[in-house]
Amino acid sequence: MFALLAVEIPYWGQSLLRVLGGLVAVLLPAGTIVYLFLFKMMSFMQSRLGPMEAGPYGSLQLVAEVGKWLQKEDIQPESADKPIFKMAPIVVLMSTFLLVVVVPFGPDAWFTDFETGVFYALAVSSISVLGILMAGWSSANKYSLLGGLRAAGQLIAYELPMVLAVMGVVIQAGTMNLQQIVFAQNASSMFGFDGVGNPYVLTQFVGFVVFMIAIQAELTQAPFDMPIAESELVSGYMTEYSGFRFLIFFIGEFATAGVFAMIASTLFLGGWGIPFAWFGWTSMDDVSNWMNIAGPIIVITKMLVLTFLIMWVRFTYPRFREDQLQRFAWKVLIPVSLANIMATAVLKVAF
Amino acid sequence: MAKVPGLIKGLGITFGTMMRTFKNGSNTVQYPHEKETPPIRARGVIALHQDNCTSCMLCSRSCPDWCIYIEAHKELAPPRREGGKPRQVNMLDRFDIDYALCMYCGICVEVCPFDALFWSPEYEYSEPNITDLLHDKTKLSEWMETVPEAPELEVGADKKKK
Amino acid sequence: MTILNDPVSAKLGNRQQLSYIASQAADARLNVELETEGMTLNIGPQHPATHGTLRIIARLDGEQVVWAEPSCGYMHRGYEKLTEVRTFPQVTTLVNRIDWLGSFANEVPFILAAEKLMGVEAPPRAQWIRTILFELSRIANVSLFLGDLGVQLGAITPVFLAFRDREYVLNLIESATGGRFHPNFDRIGGLKDDLPAGWIDETKVVMKKLRNFCDEIETLLFGNEIFQSRTRGIGVIPRDVALQYGLSGANLRASGVDWDLRRDQDIALAYNKVDFKVWTHPDGDSFARCWIRLQETREATLIVDKLLDGIPSGPVMAKVPKIIKVPEGEAWVSTENPLGEMGYYVVSRGDLGPFRVKIRSASFNNISITPWLLRGVYVPDIITILASLYFILGDIDR
Repeated sequence: MFALLAVEIPYWGQSLLRVLGGLVAVLLPAGTIVYLFLFKMMSFMQSRLGPMEAGPYGSLQLVAEVGKWLQKEDIQPESADKPIFKMAPIVVLMSTFLLVVVVPFGPDAWFTDFETGVFYALAVSSISVLGILMAGWSSANKYSLLGGLRAAGQLIAYELPMVLAVMGVVIQAGTMNLQQIVFAQNASSMFGFDGVGNPYVLTQFVGFVVFMIAIQAELTQAPFDMPIAESELVSGYMTEYSGFRFLIFFIGEFATAGVFAMIASTLFLGGWGIPFAWFGWTSMDDVSNWMNIAGPIIVITKMLVLTFLIMWVRFTYPRFREDQLQRFAWKVLIPVSLANIMATAVLKVAF
Repeated sequence: MAKVPGLIKGLGITFGTMMRTFKNGSNTVQYPHEKETPPIRARGVIALHQDNCTSCMLCSRSCPDWCIYIEAHKELAPPRREGGKPRQVNMLDRFDIDYALCMYCGICVEVCPFDALFWSPEYEYSEPNITDLLHDKTKLSEWMETVPEAPELEVGADKKKK
Repeated sequence: MTILNDPVSAKLGNRQQLSYIASQAADARLNVELETEGMTLNIGPQHPATHGTLRIIARLDGEQVVWAEPSCGYMHRGYEKLTEVRTFPQVTTLVNRIDWLGSFANEVPFILAAEKLMGVEAPPRAQWIRTILFELSRIANVSLFLGDLGVQLGAITPVFLAFRDREYVLNLIESATGGRFHPNFDRIGGLKDDLPAGWIDETKVVMKKLRNFCDEIETLLFGNEIFQSRTRGIGVIPRDVALQYGLSGANLRASGVDWDLRRDQDIALAYNKVDFKVWTHPDGDSFARCWIRLQETREATLIVDKLLDGIPSGPVMAKVPKIIKVPEGEAWVSTENPLGEMGYYVVSRGDLGPFRVKIRSASFNNISITPWLLRGVYVPDIITILASLYFILGDIDR
């Protein structure tokens, strides 16, 4: 990662840079998503303008909101289990930070290069369930408890289709390393035509749809937002949180949306890469250095496209009921993704 | 066939609204910067034409929540004709309306027999403190300037007006 | 289980009740070993789904409701008592606030009752304008319901579309009466004033926009498969039960009872001058109730259009004395308000004000079915059912 800087950086410096990079990679997309989609796109879909006063065209609204939340009193319910109550938001945000670690941003711009990156990402993403359960249980509130339990049931149910959907990609790429998956998508060709590489959104379309639905549920966005369900459970597991603890949940929600969209773009849209055939690159070493700068921009662009989809669905659909959601996961998504795996495997062997 | 369209069409509606907002602007108004003009008949605030008021107390008595306070004293005015008796007139000391209580029903404006009370569409008189909403006769008279002419009536209306 | 004589509704009603009994039996078998205590969940008084301060006490077994009871009165303002110390012209401004979304519709039955006692009748032009404004307030009320329905079920966009288009209707009401929410435009013997110039053309444009809004909501919400799966078969009210609990308005028509006071009674309003369709739905579930309201909003815009074409000319005020004293007597007038049947029983002793007024508001009767209806449903369905029953808190508590 630091080869392009051509300077020797001590280990602590590298670690510091990594932490800073991680913070930027989590918070910048989160802020962008909140401003672009939550504030502006939602408003435009409802024929209004959204925040306009803070900064030019309301662009500093998020800063103002953060300032507001930081000033608020830190309220904890009297009968809450205080240590767990305080820990829950941090656990939720932690899973986001752990998740961003495996996302590659360029040929050399990555935090870690895991051989089993996909496996790690899917494993780490379920830590947030723990945080949500902790929040729901420790709040000492019936609504929170219901929300936490719903969240647990839902997230566990949707973990499975997500894993199964990714399986197709893994079979096709032949690796679990995200960097290699990016390479496999951009360097290969489809039926002899290499103009667009081979983004798996085309060949693994079923897997892509299942994965997007599963992350929609994983992020608890409508139509799968029953754990939050503000009209039923007030705010579900977040009901008792205020001030900066709520802020952490809030950042966690949208940062996770961003990071999941990044992973989806890495798995299905070719990640940081653009079709290598355009520049005549054939191996990982051929990729020129400027991709380290362009890569993050490309990833963020693809992420924004995917978050647009997520948010668009969120602002349009009403929510499912809990049992309907479980039925949908077990009776539709899982069989479909299993069939997808089978078809992929057969075709992989055939070609 | 029947499964997909409902969901997709819904997405189309939100996307269409977004595009329309981009193109034609929003339906909302950025309030302090641009203002909508309320209709002529809008019941914004009650204005008082002091000269017409005879402090007959009709408005005060007909108010459903008794938010009009009137005080007056009697004075002798010079007679109209030479050698006549001096007239007795009511001098208005106090005419307050408590807008914190007012229900904006307009009964006082209607019952006033001397056309001393009028509706004005003026609406920007909110106060940070509820007690400051008690407005006295000078303030009420200032609003007289904002009172518009009564609107033309729709076709078919009975033209003779009171 | 004694309800069921009508074969269609018997099937529908049985389905809900029987599935509840079956699940209870299954649970009972299981719970012999895993005996768990139920949980009492207070939905309200402060809860986003009760739009106001209604409190529903629900006894839960998991997410299933075993027993539920609405507890109302948190917003009781005592209108029946307040009217006793007001004069007749003052009462209309009070009753405006009962159903605050369709205020104008609240005045009409009271004024009609007072007119009945006095033996005056408003001139035809006043009756037509009253009917138009009545339907406009119905549109203002129900269009917000259509948007709010989305919010209750988790879709955020419809409510903003509803507020956007409802604003046009409120602007119309304001430009005619002077008050956006509380018009206070009815007088005994007619109306306060005639319409302002250009109002009719403006209204026709707005009605077109509202029909467009109805189409939008129909695609965005009613065509959505998730919405349908959330509402179809949920909260089924069979015909007999609906009648027993005294439901009215769209809730009753959704259970297949063809009953609409606009059409079925001869009243001093212009409804009998125009043709309109009374929509009914055989299912009686939440979807039917919502669908009926959507159709009624569309129908109301058509009624307004037809009425606008035929407004007679003439005065808007009959000859009434300046100081209104209503002769001794009793009168009951009810109309088909946006929420259902609303009526006033006015008792006068010949004074300036009424001696006693009994207000029959629709929502109070409509929510009285909730203990029966909520048994055996899931927590999310409570919200669906409450939303589809559609009550206004002011209309329940008065």
